[in-house]
Amino acid sequence: MSQQLIQGNEACARGALAAGCSFFAGYPISPSSEIAELLARELPPRGSVFIQMEDEIASMGAVLGASLGGRRAMTATSGPGFTLMQEHLGYASLAEIPCVVIDVMRGGPSTGLPTSPAQGDVMQARWGSHGDRATIALAPGSVQEVYSLTIEAFRLAETLRTPVAVLYDEVIGHMREGVELREPTPDELGRRTSPRTAFSPTFLPYAPDENGVAMVPDFGRGYRFHVTGLMHDERGYPTSDNAKVAELLERLERKLEPAVAAVPPERYRLDDASVVLIAYGIVARTARAAVDVLRREGIRAGLLRTRLLWPLPAAALTEVSRSAELVVVAEMNRGQWALEVERLAGDTTVLSPYLKAGGSVITAEELAGHVRRLTREGVAVS
Amino acid sequence: MTLESLEKTAAEGPPPESPATAGEPTLPEPPPSAEKRFLRYGMMPHMLCPGCGHGIVFEAMLRALSSRYEQLDDIAFVAGIGCSSRVVGYVDACTLHTTHGRPLTFATGLKLARPELKVVVVTGDGDGLSIGGNHLIHAARRNVDLTCVLFNNEIYGMTGGQLAPTTIPGAYTSTSPQGNAETPFDAARLVEAAGATYVARAQSYRTREFEEVFLQALDHRGFSFVEVMTDCTEYFGRTNRLGNGADLLFSQARVEPAIDADLAGRSTLQEVPPRPVRPVLEMGVLHESSRPTLDQAMKLSGAGS
Repeated sequence: MSQQLIQGNEACARGALAAGCSFFAGYPISPSSEIAELLARELPPRGSVFIQMEDEIASMGAVLGASLGGRRAMTATSGPGFTLMQEHLGYASLAEIPCVVIDVMRGGPSTGLPTSPAQGDVMQARWGSHGDRATIALAPGSVQEVYSLTIEAFRLAETLRTPVAVLYDEVIGHMREGVELREPTPDELGRRTSPRTAFSPTFLPYAPDENGVAMVPDFGRGYRFHVTGLMHDERGYPTSDNAKVAELLERLERKLEPAVAAVPPERYRLDDASVVLIAYGIVARTARAAVDVLRREGIRAGLLRTRLLWPLPAAALTEVSRSAELVVVAEMNRGQWALEVERLAGDTTVLSPYLKAGGSVITAEELAGHVRRLTREGVAVS
Repeated sequence: MTLESLEKTAAEGPPPESPATAGEPTLPEPPPSAEKRFLRYGMMPHMLCPGCGHGIVFEAMLRALSSRYEQLDDIAFVAGIGCSSRVVGYVDACTLHTTHGRPLTFATGLKLARPELKVVVVTGDGDGLSIGGNHLIHAARRNVDLTCVLFNNEIYGMTGGQLAPTTIPGAYTSTSPQGNAETPFDAARLVEAAGATYVARAQSYRTREFEEVFLQALDHRGFSFVEVMTDCTEYFGRTNRLGNGADLLFSQARVEPAIDADLAGRSTLQEVPPRPVRPVLEMGVLHESSRPTLDQAMKLSGAGS
């Protein structure tokens, strides 16, 4: 199949269309606006809906309303907008409403660096909404992967009935690469859970299936039921029964586990590595180049490139971080994912993250230099 | 009715009338009500306070709906957070209890996703005019084809009687202990200016009139808005020494000069203290116009996904 030269944000919109997205509500914000602009052109001729809402709170509300109506629905934003969406992301998690949110990360906090890349929203994606919200966040590392992981985000959202965030930075959003726009198979699209029984007065919209996913029908399909952001029982009715609430929270976390196997990390030259770089997104590209540079210098370096930030791919991180002598988490923030790796790594592993939050990408030379300095100091045996 | 029997009726619908025990005084049978079939019995007991105007309005809504529909399968009720918003959970339909102030955003998405569904939004004065004020004016501007009923009780009831953007000047609330210094919104005029194509105001005191404008709003194609004045007895009424639920209903009546004159001689009517004074509000249909709705302008077919 032929490739097309497109930017990351266009690949995202193309992926959404391929995934059957038929509803977009959003609010302009750099550096994500191209996604909305492209879908504003592409959705209406297909009989689908594009609407620019009055703000990001409204955008996320409209997405959830549309999803309850049965649409595959999404929005796209950047840091400040992602912040405004957090309450409705919490709502979507608890009420089990599928949706996809693209966050093209820019420098923060606050208005920050609107047109510069960053990876500062990793913890916001995890903990931005109040309460113990389990969530899925994907981190594509190329324009091609923006396309494929946007499709995967819809599959995970629909099959697990949860919001899924796709986090990439401004560079990937605006970078142009050759992309193969392969149509997804039915398995790659996935299907939303739906009730297995006809409506009756004893119908339980929030009864989970064998995978722990509630089988909530779409509105207006013959089922009368209640959806709320309050803690609820299987009827969907509010409850403050401690045991039921605890069980619900546990189920909402457990049901997301399949995401870990679905989006495995990429291992590069890890087999004999004593120095392990861990990176995601754009930094994984330069980290890979850094591995090659270090290998040429005789340093046994390798890379674990994760495409899944949440739920944490803990098994893979534990394995590589305990087998290495030196682990370097490289990310464009003040150390967010590095903290997660730190608590998984063994006592004998030296951890020395390479962090850069100034608004530009970590280069291969910067990262290789960091490792070189450490090995010269005798941290890792090459 | 006990909690257990209420749980039981969740699946079975209303219980049969129990025969009066011999020796106990019997009350006259209430007239059979068609609207009761739309109640979601599993949600009972409801959380409204005795004397709250919301229950009166809610019953009137159900009565109006029962005059029009056999079942509510194709109507979605969307609400925000607050006492008024809770009532949607008591309707046996597709009901969506959203976040504080945002029901119109969910409703807009739902309506565009499924134009064939009728969407009714229930909101309050805090939900719809304070935290959700921006969404209200934009939904009106877009002429989203839905009906928005705003229960205006001039206070935050659920959180304990705090100041609302509708609290009348001088009124006491838990966050205006010196009396409200602010000027309230006129919700009806606000949404009319924003572009709503049907605007009406009604009172919990006159439910027939409310039912009439509510049905007109349901029939209207475009953004229809009904502001209904209701009373919070526990917070607004008590804090301002306005009496009980019945007294508050009478005080609604008193803002209509003709009724006020009629009531003047009644000894049962508690004297309303000089402050706060409820302004005389125009009731009935305040505005009606026609222009393409949002789904029409977007040329959505209504076929769904």
